[in-house]
Amino acid sequence: MTLDQLPVGFSAVVLSVAGNATLAQRLAEQGLFPGEMIEHFGTAPLGDPLEIVVGGTHLSLRKADAALIHVQPASSSDPS
Amino acid sequence: MPETPIRIALVGNPNAGKSTLFNALSGLRQHVANYPGVTVEMKTGRFRHADRDYEVIDLPGTYSLAPRSPDEMVAVDLLLGRRKGEAKPDLIVAVVDASNLDRHLYLTTQLLELGLPVAIAVTMIDSAATRGIVVDAVKLAIGLKVPIVPVNVPAGLGIVELKAAIANAHGQPAPCGPVFPADVATEAQSLQAKLGPTVPAFLVQRLLFDVGGQTERELLAAGKPELAFDLAAARQRLEATHGPALEARIRYGWIRKATVAAVTKPKTRPVTLSDKLDRVLTHRIWGTLIFFVVMFLMFQSIFVWATPLMDLIDAGFTWFAEVVQGSMPPGALRSLITDGIIKGVGSVVIFLPQILILFGFIAVLEDCGYMARAAYLMDKIMRRCGLNGKSFIPLLSSTACAVPGIMATRVIENRRDRLATIVVAPLMSCSARLPVYALFIGTFLSDGFAWWVPGLTLFAMYMVGFLTAPITALILKRTLLRGETPLFLMELPNFKRPSLRAVLIRMLDAGRAFLVRAGTMILASMIVIWALLYFPTSQSPKLSYPEQIERIAAEIDAVPEGAEADEAKKAFEAQRDQLTGDWKRNSYLGRVGRALEPAFVPLGWDWKIGMAALASFPAREVLVGTFGIIYDVGDVDAGAIGDPKDDKANGLRASLQSEWQRDPVRGPYAVATAFSIMIFFALCCQCVSTLAVIRRETRSWSWPIFTFTYMTVLAYLGAWATYQLGKLWIDTMN
Repeated sequence: MTLDQLPVGFSAVVLSVAGNATLAQRLAEQGLFPGEMIEHFGTAPLGDPLEIVVGGTHLSLRKADAALIHVQPASSSDPS
Repeated sequence: MPETPIRIALVGNPNAGKSTLFNALSGLRQHVANYPGVTVEMKTGRFRHADRDYEVIDLPGTYSLAPRSPDEMVAVDLLLGRRKGEAKPDLIVAVVDASNLDRHLYLTTQLLELGLPVAIAVTMIDSAATRGIVVDAVKLAIGLKVPIVPVNVPAGLGIVELKAAIANAHGQPAPCGPVFPADVATEAQSLQAKLGPTVPAFLVQRLLFDVGGQTERELLAAGKPELAFDLAAARQRLEATHGPALEARIRYGWIRKATVAAVTKPKTRPVTLSDKLDRVLTHRIWGTLIFFVVMFLMFQSIFVWATPLMDLIDAGFTWFAEVVQGSMPPGALRSLITDGIIKGVGSVVIFLPQILILFGFIAVLEDCGYMARAAYLMDKIMRRCGLNGKSFIPLLSSTACAVPGIMATRVIENRRDRLATIVVAPLMSCSARLPVYALFIGTFLSDGFAWWVPGLTLFAMYMVGFLTAPITALILKRTLLRGETPLFLMELPNFKRPSLRAVLIRMLDAGRAFLVRAGTMILASMIVIWALLYFPTSQSPKLSYPEQIERIAAEIDAVPEGAEADEAKKAFEAQRDQLTGDWKRNSYLGRVGRALEPAFVPLGWDWKIGMAALASFPAREVLVGTFGIIYDVGDVDAGAIGDPKDDKANGLRASLQSEWQRDPVRGPYAVATAFSIMIFFALCCQCVSTLAVIRRETRSWSWPIFTFTYMTVLAYLGAWATYQLGKLWIDTMN
């Protein structure tokens, strides 16, 4: 599945980042590259962008960009 | 001869606490350095430690040294000593946040490759501890093989130690960073051989890693055409062997190994206070509600808190002009000083309250972490007009005044988005348009109209700006500023208490930047307009206008107190206003207005309206005063136009009404003309301050010229369409 489909509160492992090289590089600098854990923290009131957590950093990412990130869901990190 | 100071570059991620540390190191001994052609500003400061002078350069916050724009390249060039006239730094201080050590050390690993000694300042150790992240500075120094100093600026801890560490590190050999696979070095060496020895090895590595980056643009443009082919082949070989994100994997791998002994982290990420706040502030209902309250408060404060201060400044300059008026002999010099220079300086200083208040707000919002949330909430809406969430606050504050609004676009990193926001910001209906709307709504749309007409008209005038600005932005982003949609990857930093000191310094910087760089241009244009309205001073060899007016003023003063004296005084005053009107109508500006009359006719304007529009080039509200003068009622205070008890404002309204009615051609279409003027002023860029600030922020003349041109064309067409449609409608109704 892709990151934009991951439900809020769930974590996943990044499998691959599609799209252009600049996008992949900027995400990688923030610690978002294949093999890393990522959490879907929330969604903006208007439904876009998403708030994700990578290695302790909260990031805002648009849905269109999140759709380029393939992930493998791990577990719900927030059981509440 | 004084020894040259040791140069230190302060580098860190945004939100690392770099500015706070810079302020703590250099105190108030700082100044802003500008770089031509780019919009970055770097501050330098100085301090003395153990009998040596140090110079600190505060580089813009960045997540990596992979430059993607000319702006980002400035920082890299500076660190490599590639900027003309600027020595390479002697030492680097990397600022890293303990609560997010891995991510912050990513940049540090790149700094380790610059061949310079590095010291690391670790901030926010306490706030990291509250979320269960414990950082041992001694073990960290052993792991990274770099001196580490924990600092806590608000508590005043670690500054002296950091200075000592800097002194120790100076002159030491450069540390070692991560080691890349052997084939990376091989590929880099073969590229280096093609580029020649003048290109630093660091840039060759960036060329290899940064697909589509600024290094590629600069080096490929300078190199041979086959270089692009060689580069693509080298990148392909590395990707085939090592897979994607090689650089990030190597760097993060190295960081984790080097910090494993020094950092204890909780197994699962604890829910922090900042997380809980974030949940509320980005909540569908509460988040939206709080957002509107914050925006309203900001907006209200620019309007309400600034007004008394602006009135005070206005009164102060008026008083000063009167004092000078009374203590100098009449003549062109006195007029230049009072009407040109003092009014000019006053018209610059008057913006300070709004700028200081807005920047105070922005500094607090940014420092505490809310600014990024505001952009996060508004991103979807702003994207509709081709911008991103960060454009919202600059555009909203432009509704009070475009000058601070344009300065606030500094928060937008993407150059094209920032330019689009700057160029459309003056379309938002600012407070200087209000006197113009008040004059024409009060004169032509109040008496004899339904009670809701004035309010609705004013609302409509505001809507003109609210609708035109986003549409223009969208058109610009599809044409002149076209490019691929930038990645909107924004950090949502942890919430923290804002630092008062940092806020005050931001406010002072904004105020100073405006006064020094925009102020001169505003003043110069005020003096030009003054001269165009002052000369020539006479039509014939008789007495000149200013001398005649001076004589009448003396007679007014000579009139004794008493009931019937009032009549005499009024007669003299009318004579004076008549003379002033004659003089200004015959001035160079008046002549230009008359010559341009054919251009104004399609808008439903006569040459007087055209002349007033020309005279209001420095600022829109000047229109009201100029109208007063050329309609022989004397100078009308723009602030008093809404006041029904103000004699001059009433006089101007009456004389506008009667004069326009008498006009055989335009007489029946007075309302259409009034709308045409209002639309013109809603869309035009009759504001030197705005143009001066655009020039200052974009570091180019082309953007202010472009803004002025497109807005004037838009205003002219808008006014033309308004008048023609209005005329048609009035004809049909009769």
